[in-house]
Amino acid sequence: MAESAVTNTGAAAAEQGVLGALVADWSSDQRAFKNVPWGKAMMWIFLVSDTFIFSCFLLSYMTVRMSTTVPWPYPSEVFALSFGGDPIPLILIAIMTFILISSSGTMVLAVNYGYRKDRAKTAILLLVTALFGAMFVGMQAFEWTKLIVDEGVRPWANPMGAPQFGAAFFMITGFHGFHVSIGVIFLVITARKVWRGDYDRSTPGYFTSRKGRYEIVETMGLYWHFVDLVWVFIFAFFYLW
Amino acid sequence: MANTEEHAEGQQHPLGIYLKVWAWLFVLSTGSYMVDYLNFQGYLRWTLILVFMLAKAGLIVAVFMHMLWERPALLYAIVCPPILVLIFTFLMTHEAGYTFLTRDLFFAIGT
Repeated sequence: MAESAVTNTGAAAAEQGVLGALVADWSSDQRAFKNVPWGKAMMWIFLVSDTFIFSCFLLSYMTVRMSTTVPWPYPSEVFALSFGGDPIPLILIAIMTFILISSSGTMVLAVNYGYRKDRAKTAILLLVTALFGAMFVGMQAFEWTKLIVDEGVRPWANPMGAPQFGAAFFMITGFHGFHVSIGVIFLVITARKVWRGDYDRSTPGYFTSRKGRYEIVETMGLYWHFVDLVWVFIFAFFYLW
Repeated sequence: MANTEEHAEGQQHPLGIYLKVWAWLFVLSTGSYMVDYLNFQGYLRWTLILVFMLAKAGLIVAVFMHMLWERPALLYAIVCPPILVLIFTFLMTHEAGYTFLTRDLFFAIGT
């Protein structure tokens, strides 16, 4: 019974009901989050705080867009791109979305092969994920350049309509791009550690002195999927709405 | 349940479910892009955007971030707080409506 209370798959939940399991865990001794390494629990809590930051950005955007008396620029046309022929609406953003989804897939495979202790596959998949991330940031840089240089969008004004468009755009996509960039750096660091075999030999981390384990790949994965998750909301609310 | 600690703390699942979800994410992303490409407008557009968005977000959190297999203690601690954002959204829609009204009145009277 004591054993089954710490299983991973929610067998305890099946016995006690969801609410019972919830109360049992939260009222238990020492640990509320059973079977979750603290690094992973802390990553989740960080992601909740990050959720609130992005929520505030998107809510500010909603508020300025709803309260302006000047028409809002139509994103479908602003972000259209033509390859010789007629402009295709929102095509660059669609490609960026697919790139980020692809990177999420390679990330989840990296986590999976990490737990199988397949060093080479994990490292390669992490590097592929980082490459997709770098491609995303590159396309974003292209998008910003096009908007700033060719179309004269500024945080305080733009020729297409409501001046708040620029402020919302640069703030939201800039903060998201910053998250992607940090993610790429940490993906490369994690890939290097996997490749060196740090997580097989439990090599302590340079800053944390904690034993290296493959769960770090999963924690890294949580961050990366979160970046993808935020993009889902930005894509829906900023680009499509 | 004689799990070793290492096994109990890892999230190991068959590759098939990841590949299926990955494929679905592509399908759903194509769907949300099509909303714009086919130029749907009004309530149809907004409903479809929200449906595709929530489906994608749900799949990512549930399967890619393993929430489906986490214990309720973590699931509720993480997923419930962001729901409060809806209250904030409610407040800000009213605030924005009020601001719009005052601006509209000001510009109408001012000119």
